[in-house]
Amino acid sequence: MSDSLSAWELIISGDATLYAIVRLSLAVSLSAVAIAVLVGLPLGAAVALTRFRGRTALIVLLNGFMGLPPVVVGLTVFLLLSRSGPLGVFGILFTPLAMVIAQALLVVPIIASLSRQTIEDLWHEYRDELTAMNVGAAGRMATLLWDSRYSLLTALLAGFGRAAAEVGTVMIVGGNIDGFTRTMTTTIALETSKGNLPLAMGLGLILITLILMINAAAWGVRVWSEQRAG
Amino acid sequence: MLNRRLFSAFAALAFLTASSFSAVAQDKSIVVASTTSTQDSGLFDYLLPLFKAKTGIDVKVIAQGTGQALDTARRGDADVVFVHAKAQEEKFLSEGFGVKRYDVMYNDFVLIGPKSDPAGIKGTKDITAAFAAVLAKQAPFVSRGDKSGTHSAELKLWKEAGVDIDTAKGEWYRDIGQGMGAALNTAGAMNAYVLADRGTWLSFKNRGDLEVVVEGDKRLFNQYGVMLVNPEKFPTVKADLGQSFIDYLVSDEGQKAISEYKIDGQQLFFPNASRDPS
Repeated sequence: MSDSLSAWELIISGDATLYAIVRLSLAVSLSAVAIAVLVGLPLGAAVALTRFRGRTALIVLLNGFMGLPPVVVGLTVFLLLSRSGPLGVFGILFTPLAMVIAQALLVVPIIASLSRQTIEDLWHEYRDELTAMNVGAAGRMATLLWDSRYSLLTALLAGFGRAAAEVGTVMIVGGNIDGFTRTMTTTIALETSKGNLPLAMGLGLILITLILMINAAAWGVRVWSEQRAG
Repeated sequence: MLNRRLFSAFAALAFLTASSFSAVAQDKSIVVASTTSTQDSGLFDYLLPLFKAKTGIDVKVIAQGTGQALDTARRGDADVVFVHAKAQEEKFLSEGFGVKRYDVMYNDFVLIGPKSDPAGIKGTKDITAAFAAVLAKQAPFVSRGDKSGTHSAELKLWKEAGVDIDTAKGEWYRDIGQGMGAALNTAGAMNAYVLADRGTWLSFKNRGDLEVVVEGDKRLFNQYGVMLVNPEKFPTVKADLGQSFIDYLVSDEGQKAISEYKIDGQQLFFPNASRDPS
């Protein structure tokens, strides 16, 4: 990316490097959220609907992990994926996949915790009805997940926000490699360290705009499907 | 059935991830652990496309301080290290982590400070006298504090100035534990002195009130060296591709390219490759 250009000039001129960075950032964060949804939603629903020993401890743990320090997650993933670490043979340190894994670890507790609370609240409302209709465990889970889909969308967006805004972990496990693992946030950090403050600020505004656009799109989907449902 | 559906969702996601990343993934590539100074100065942005055009090899640079870059290589996470702290590099070699060390180029360190010059050292050629004056005046001084090559050089200069910095440091001495650019930003904000490599200084944009106050002392010499990580320690090291990069850096062509990298007409690095590695 040329240093002499401002961020807005880069957008208008369709700077290929900038678009590659934006695409990578979105691919990494969306993949991380997708994985977190596949793990977090069933986990949240299961904890909400079942009773077992240590359940309270698990809930506290999940809630607490919503505030996992990204730099610690980054360091842990780094040590696991390093050639000298237990998963070193796969050679995925300093690749986009490493960043996806690290971000997914940050997002799972957010989606699991928020969905657990949402589903548990809804369960109190639906319990009598679902019990009377003799709906099985899987059916209950499916009904509750579907009927709380709009609240779950908010959980998902919270998770995406966490992933997309994250810089500490991706810097450690991705290595901020030009054209390979350089994301919006690590670019902003790099340009700041080069003293290129206007470009760093401009890139920051682009990132905020992107996050707002994704949230607006999610809101649009919600309004559209509510209208369709009548 | 739920399992099968989950499985296909995972498969679809894996495909999506792989396809969105494949555009940037290259097989013929090496990982080079290097320093913030070579990246922040823009040298790699200039040099690597030339190397790629010649050999087709993608170089993935992890820019860290020299100490951290050597540690990355000690874990087997890099193929080549390109750093600037000879003592640390020789230790790395003697531990068996590196194959050979080649000198590549040099530039020099400069002492940067505020135009108001609270320690009154502007223009002196004696860097240790300047350090002593900073201490005597308790003028704000920013230290990298990150085991980088520049940090090593700074500690060596305090020693040569007869100062035991561990006992002498006080509120005036700000150890920030960050890269060169961050240290310059901090010095600018605090009107502090800071030791910097000339390359990063020349390419640094947020100078504010900072300027070069001391330069030209031969103790400010800053040598860069390159080493292949030992493939006997880590079989995953791409020895052939890594050696091609080293060969290019020390070749006439690579050396000429390094000498031609300039910012505002000023040459940043001076090639001095050793054909006989140490």
